[in-house]
Amino acid sequence: MATTTLEPTTGVQRRSWVIDWLTTVDHKKIGILYIVNSFLFFFAAGILALLIRTELAVPGMQFLDQDTFNQAFTMHGTIMLFLFIIPALSGFGNYIVPLMLGAPDMAFPRINALSFWLLPLGGLLIFSGYLFGGAAAEGWTAYSPLTSDRFAPGVGTDLWIIGLTLVGTASILGAVNFITTIFKMRAPGMTLMRMPIFVWTVLVTAVLILLATPVLAAGLIALFIDRNYGGSFFDPAVGGNPVLWQHIFWFFGHPEVYIVILPAMGVVSEVLPVFSRKPLFGYKAFVYATIAIGLLSFSVWAHHMFTTGAVFLPFFSFMTALIAIPTGIKMFNWLGTLWRGKLMLTTPMLFALGFISMFLIGGISGVMLASPPIDFHVQDTYFVVAHLHYVFFGGSVFGVFAATYYWFPKMFGRKLNEPLGKIHFWIHFIGFNLAFFPMHQLGLSGMPRRISDYDPNAGWTILNMVSTVGAFMIAVSIIPFLINVVATFINGEPAGDDPWEGNTLEWATTSPPPAYNFDRLPPIHSERPLFFLTHGHGHAAERPDDLEESEEDDVERRGGMV
Amino acid sequence: MTAQARPAGEGPPIANGSPGMPTALVGMLLFIASEVMFFGGLFATYFNARASVAPEPWEPPPGGHLDLALAAVLTAILVASSFTMQFGVWAIRRGDTGKLKMWTAITLALGVLFLGGQLYDYSELGFGISDGVFGTVFYTLTGFHGAHVFGGAVGLTIILARTMRGQFSARNHVAVEAVSVYWHFVDVVWIGVFSTIYLLR
Repeated sequence: MATTTLEPTTGVQRRSWVIDWLTTVDHKKIGILYIVNSFLFFFAAGILALLIRTELAVPGMQFLDQDTFNQAFTMHGTIMLFLFIIPALSGFGNYIVPLMLGAPDMAFPRINALSFWLLPLGGLLIFSGYLFGGAAAEGWTAYSPLTSDRFAPGVGTDLWIIGLTLVGTASILGAVNFITTIFKMRAPGMTLMRMPIFVWTVLVTAVLILLATPVLAAGLIALFIDRNYGGSFFDPAVGGNPVLWQHIFWFFGHPEVYIVILPAMGVVSEVLPVFSRKPLFGYKAFVYATIAIGLLSFSVWAHHMFTTGAVFLPFFSFMTALIAIPTGIKMFNWLGTLWRGKLMLTTPMLFALGFISMFLIGGISGVMLASPPIDFHVQDTYFVVAHLHYVFFGGSVFGVFAATYYWFPKMFGRKLNEPLGKIHFWIHFIGFNLAFFPMHQLGLSGMPRRISDYDPNAGWTILNMVSTVGAFMIAVSIIPFLINVVATFINGEPAGDDPWEGNTLEWATTSPPPAYNFDRLPPIHSERPLFFLTHGHGHAAERPDDLEESEEDDVERRGGMV
Repeated sequence: MTAQARPAGEGPPIANGSPGMPTALVGMLLFIASEVMFFGGLFATYFNARASVAPEPWEPPPGGHLDLALAAVLTAILVASSFTMQFGVWAIRRGDTGKLKMWTAITLALGVLFLGGQLYDYSELGFGISDGVFGTVFYTLTGFHGAHVFGGAVGLTIILARTMRGQFSARNHVAVEAVSVYWHFVDVVWIGVFSTIYLLR
């Protein structure tokens, strides 16, 4: 087992920890900053969700007025997506990807720090609308003409645009950094086809961010010009076109869905093999399926716009349904990994299994929505809200928690408490289903999304109440999680280098890893170098072809570098 | 296993030592890929506006006009600056810092001349960004291109300052390569903008 001891050799300057964290360019510290920042925004946007659900629990306007309600669901969606899920997964990427590749840091450490610090700045700008006469209130999709200066005269929408542009810039810089790191910083022997699946998903995600986010930036700038400089991109009175916004937004917005889900799929694909005590079933198929999802994601944006009558339904419907195939391949990979595995139901494993089952439901309702006749019926109803929460929350957020429980020992050297983690999981899982499953039925019976009140005779009251109870259960489930984190910092079980008997290189160094990560690396001959190291060459004998090929590669790579 | 050139556990890992394109240049090319998509979005708004206005003629608002002759001169200036930039890159690949300094200075001057010409053009056109969708897409597309020329000029200024301090050599000049790629990209975008706005009438 490779262990690492580093001692400072020359005079190390003593700085206060505040300055240290504010100026750090270490990918591990930046990763932790990302994750902490994301959870703070998660709590803020979660409180907004509770406000929405409380207002909707029973018919009648209880304590929010309509404008406040609009602001609440707009901020909830924007913050959850752009400042919680994406940055949280980027944070784990920041921390883990260089470790998994055997690299000392990201390719551009200072740009890495910049792309983090733009996030809290952008997030606070978006929120600061509340201080200046009301935040943006047009929904996170910000459809034209709701966003025109006529219907949204407040400065909140402008702050939303500026904040989102900063967050988008941060994402693009981060994507450049990830792709460069993955192509240029891999340790000797770490060929592309030996990279952990999490790294592959981060790579495809980064390509999607790189190509989709600038289009959103162009749209946001056009919107800003319309609102502030008398432009007419989206104003039909002077030759503009409001549907153009939908095209631009969803050209970004659908790849965005995969930006949110792919890294979570990567997390699950790391967690399942470790706790099934088996390699991932069908590594190459998983890689190609990930690439296929990335490619297809650019050809499906208009399925959000079926009811505009301005898009070619058969094409977009077909391409959307096609995405179910690579996604189905991944389901098969995961089930094949579990099949006859020696399952260990630890907390990260429970969240990974929760991901698979909840994401399956979200995926099935997604294929339903790909069919125009169904989509026409449930467009802008709670059915869509149920679908997107099963994908984003049941999928990505479960992935974020799986990653948190799985990599916490690596980051802080202590294991989170298992019983508390299981309490968290079960309340979370049951609360999630109570909150969002009834929304399918609400949508099918016609309840539109984004309404602040409904008719007591509509028959929606009971299901709305159930949903609100579920939302509060999710909030309650966060309490054992927070207690767990605090208690673990005070008196947690020491984790050691490799508490889970992992497969990948991050477990080959100390917990937490030293500056620049590794003093020495194990040989890399497969996508499970650490398994190779711990369990000897029996694994190699099963795959002699791979081994021969890998040794040639190694000699060649080293020869090239000497 | 035993045939390895360097067995595990001896010395720190060799990362960031892989052969091929320099890391900074990879980063710049990826950034340019995102910029291509950004301008792709702006071009999409341009063509969408054109299609929305049809069957009305696609022309500047009443009282305004486009100055094709001036735009053609600006195009020539910017294309020329791409050549001078490349002469600078070839010079530093030979290790000739004197020539690099000269060509970078000329490129920077041409870039500034382009920006000045564009501002003069704006003052003469007779329509503004709020005069209908033509004005909006015209000023957005040319304005964001101009902002990128400005960014490139800042990069060139840094390259010039670093050249004067003797920071580049035949072996070590990745910043020059990166800025030159960016400058060529800005030039190519202008050719696209010019062809779209002035030639595809």
